[in-house]
Amino acid sequence: MVIYGVALLAGCMLFGLWAGDVLGMLLGVESNVGGVGIAMLLLIFLGGYLIDKKKMPPSTESGITFWNGMYIPIVVAMAASQNVAAAIDGGLIALLAALVAVGASFALVPALTRLGQPKPSPEAPVDETPVNQVASRATDDTRSKTTSRSHHAR
Amino acid sequence: MLDSLLTQLEKQHLIAAFALVGAAMYVSYLVSDKLTKGRVHGSAIAIMVGLALAYVGGIYTGGSKGLADISLFAGLGLMGGGMLRDLAIIATAYGVRFQEIRQAGISGILALFLGVIVSFIAGVAIAYAFGYRDPANLTTIGAGTVTYIVGPIAGASIGASSEVIALSIAAGLFKSILVMVLTPIAARHIGLDNPRSAMIFGGLMGTTSGVAAGLAATDPKLVPYGAMTATFYTGLGALLAPSLLYFCVRALF
Repeated sequence: MVIYGVALLAGCMLFGLWAGDVLGMLLGVESNVGGVGIAMLLLIFLGGYLIDKKKMPPSTESGITFWNGMYIPIVVAMAASQNVAAAIDGGLIALLAALVAVGASFALVPALTRLGQPKPSPEAPVDETPVNQVASRATDDTRSKTTSRSHHAR
Repeated sequence: MLDSLLTQLEKQHLIAAFALVGAAMYVSYLVSDKLTKGRVHGSAIAIMVGLALAYVGGIYTGGSKGLADISLFAGLGLMGGGMLRDLAIIATAYGVRFQEIRQAGISGILALFLGVIVSFIAGVAIAYAFGYRDPANLTTIGAGTVTYIVGPIAGASIGASSEVIALSIAAGLFKSILVMVLTPIAARHIGLDNPRSAMIFGGLMGTTSGVAAGLAATDPKLVPYGAMTATFYTGLGALLAPSLLYFCVRALF
């Protein structure tokens, strides 16, 4: 039945958010710590277990996949109810702070993705060590530093 | 007659929101297909349309919930609010294999810490450049750049002025909007095309709404991975900003 899937999803969410609140309280933080993430892990484990046990008929599954499919429309509704006007009121400081933060974080994605990657070739880990060391110290300077160094060498 | 239609729309606000978002998505996908030949993803256009409408709504009503402050569109607030958003995000995890999550585990945790610290430093540096010198104010703006939830938490606990707290919220909102808009553009350049980089991306960016929308507009298959790490970010930020990071700022300035 469809409601079984929805109920499983709802149960995971309620338990996860509650666990996130408890975790926040234990850490002394006024916020939920990873409640949604805990709920997702729970759904992965419970869902996987039930699939293995052949206890997830298509009708039950559709209770979850419906909400999965509603995700993008919900995100659009979320975008339409953001406080965009307040952000623009915050002016240049707010925009610049956000822009620098987002730019630096984007630049860190490739560096961290390479880190601890299962070795593509036997030489790879030796090659990667210096890159990682630079990357952990500086943020987006990594690329400019390496290029200026290679120019120097030439 | 028109009046009774408007009354119904107000009464059935959530259903009206379903219809409205459906229509907006249809138009966005049409624009994506015909005008950009599919180069700009339909959901990216839909999200930008949503943000533009939110701006119009915010200017029109002076409220804080964008278009949802207009009573005719109140359902948008429920549909896009925390409850249904979290339910839909959790639903995307169904069918994900735990193996993929475990593989990115350590990098994901590292990304979380680095993400909070980098965003915080960016906020503090810009605030400093604009003449802020008080450690509490610097920390609050830095915390707001982490996410717009962490800003007020930190500001309230270390005693920043309400004007600075408002500014910190604005920084966090901008970050979330920029992540929504820039992620599909940057995705190819930063290798954001597999579960592993998506988890790292979620940990570095942290803004759940930004990550959720940005990944949806890039590749919906990546959403559960990014969202998984992103949901730990605000908690970590709320933990670090008013304590460790505040002490660091106080020691420096």
